Amino acid sequence: MDMILGHYNYWMVIIIMMAGFYTVISRGNLVKKIVGLNIFQVSVFLLYISIGNVKGGATPIIEKGVDLYSNPLPHVLILTAIVVGVATTALGLALVVRIKEAYGTIEEDDIHNQDQSL
Amino acid sequence: MIENHLSLLLVALPLLAAPIVAVLPNGRLPWALSTLVSWSVCYLAAWQLINVSSGQVISYELGGWAPPWGIEYRIDAANALVALIVSGIAALTLPYALKSVIKEIPHQQHALFYAAFMLCLTGLLGIAQTGDIFNLFVFLEISSLSSYALISLGKQRQALTAAYQYLIMGTIGATFFIIGVGLLYAMTGTLNMADLAQRLPELYEHRTIHTAFAFIMVGFALKLALFPLHLWLPNAYTYAPTVVTIFLAATATKVAVYVMLRMVFTVFGFSFIENTPTDELFLLLCVTAILSMSFYAIYQKDSKRLLAYSSVAQIAYMMLGIGLGSVLGVTATLVHLFNHALMKGALFMAIGALIYRVGSSRLEHFSGLGKQMPWTFAAIVIGGLSLIGVPGTAGFISKWYLVLAAIEQQHWLIVGVILMGSLLAVAYVWKIIEVLYFNATDEREQQNTAVKEAPLMMLIPMWVLVLANIYFGFNTELTVGTAEQAVKLLMPGAN
Repeated sequence: MDMILGHYNYWMVIIIMMAGFYTVISRGNLVKKIVGLNIFQVSVFLLYISIGNVKGGATPIIEKGVDLYSNPLPHVLILTAIVVGVATTALGLALVVRIKEAYGTIEEDDIHNQDQSL
Repeated sequence: MIENHLSLLLVALPLLAAPIVAVLPNGRLPWALSTLVSWSVCYLAAWQLINVSSGQVISYELGGWAPPWGIEYRIDAANALVALIVSGIAALTLPYALKSVIKEIPHQQHALFYAAFMLCLTGLLGIAQTGDIFNLFVFLEISSLSSYALISLGKQRQALTAAYQYLIMGTIGATFFIIGVGLLYAMTGTLNMADLAQRLPELYEHRTIHTAFAFIMVGFALKLALFPLHLWLPNAYTYAPTVVTIFLAATATKVAVYVMLRMVFTVFGFSFIENTPTDELFLLLCVTAILSMSFYAIYQKDSKRLLAYSSVAQIAYMMLGIGLGSVLGVTATLVHLFNHALMKGALFMAIGALIYRVGSSRLEHFSGLGKQMPWTFAAIVIGGLSLIGVPGTAGFISKWYLVLAAIEQQHWLIVGVILMGSLLAVAYVWKIIEVLYFNATDEREQQNTAVKEAPLMMLIPMWVLVLANIYFGFNTELTVGTAEQAVKLLMPGAN
């Protein structure tokens, strides 16, 4: 029981990670793939935030009488990763828009067939 | 003053140039500024290499924050060599770009194209310079995002799907890498590579470290297109604008190989890798890659795709050196890193000149061009010889070291595969040469449109690389000398 509850965050990370990863691999719709990629990245954000937590630690703002703080560094790191994730999503969706204009579809199989028939 | 901040300037110059280039009016100005920046960066990189060439290590503290808290740029011979490759290729690609970009990319996108190019250069140089693994991830994403945008600018609509495919696979690779970094941080509490190297040995047995290692290796195997994770590469190289293909083929995968070297030797240490099946796995994958990808290359009908498959095979040669894990092997990896940038740069530039004149990269449209474009043809012949590894070219030196490394450990199968790979390279290089020189020009002569030699602005950078291929085939002081210095620092206990 402790194995599951004690590591609740990490189990969630693994579940979300695999759900996102599976979506990227299995879906043929280009937008759904981007959504999957997003979910995949979010799991990493959760992983970092969970790592930063110190048992019994307070919010990392200096205050009198508090000695134990959570580690703020992973949170700052993940802020950077979130920005990267937003940029990736934006670029990916922009590409999907252009693909839709060029092919008239965003289904991977249709695009593949169109390229083959040339 | 400049010397103290050399390591930072190398990254900061192109980064600052990017937004300026982006707002310049379309025309020659963005190109001129990017070229100027790339030349200054190349000069700085050469200066940096001289500073570390006799085994010194430069440690630059970003913003005055001492490592391991602040970000440290830690430059030794390996970094400096990679930075020189990246900036040198950029300095040669940009003069070449002027004509090619005018032809291939719509006028209103020129400024943005060069801005993205500068960002890509920033990212690649940043990866080479930094000594902090999270900072490395940030630079990795800067270079990747800009290269997705650059690839999507290709003329054919397949460029879009190629860029999309690369975006998905590249992001998965990069995300795998940060998962690994996060796990390492959870175990050691540091992100500084030198610091990690000190703290990791006592944790070697820990399962989290093994997981972190696996994530980082798979992530970067995706980035450097190690067989069988190379699927994004052929499409990306084939459909990207010529200039982008030249630049990415000669630098992006090389930088990823360098990161692999750093991770395997500096951060984790080879004694850790030896206790995992990684080195055997690398050897197995590389052997398969060299044979299968060279075969694939022979059957391609598109010149850029042919060279792309050849690139996957050549990357496998570099990884072979890491897999062998000996001083000779890693020296071969570093030397081949440099030499392969020279030969693929020259070959893609020559193919780009043909595309510039004919407007297609398909081999069937190239028939008989060899006689009409003799200088470009000669460049392909010499670049091809170097790719095969004929004595007197740069390619021979790296293959020689690789074969020596394999013999040293008595891996006769690998020696055979390296030689077999060279034979297959003869076949695919011959395929281009045959079309160019021995096929009749019937179709075009009927239409009476003789093709002229490529413009001088394209020929000069191409021939600089071609001559470098010959020069570094005879004078190995820079390549092998630097590589040996780098290996001494990468593998301190080895000799």
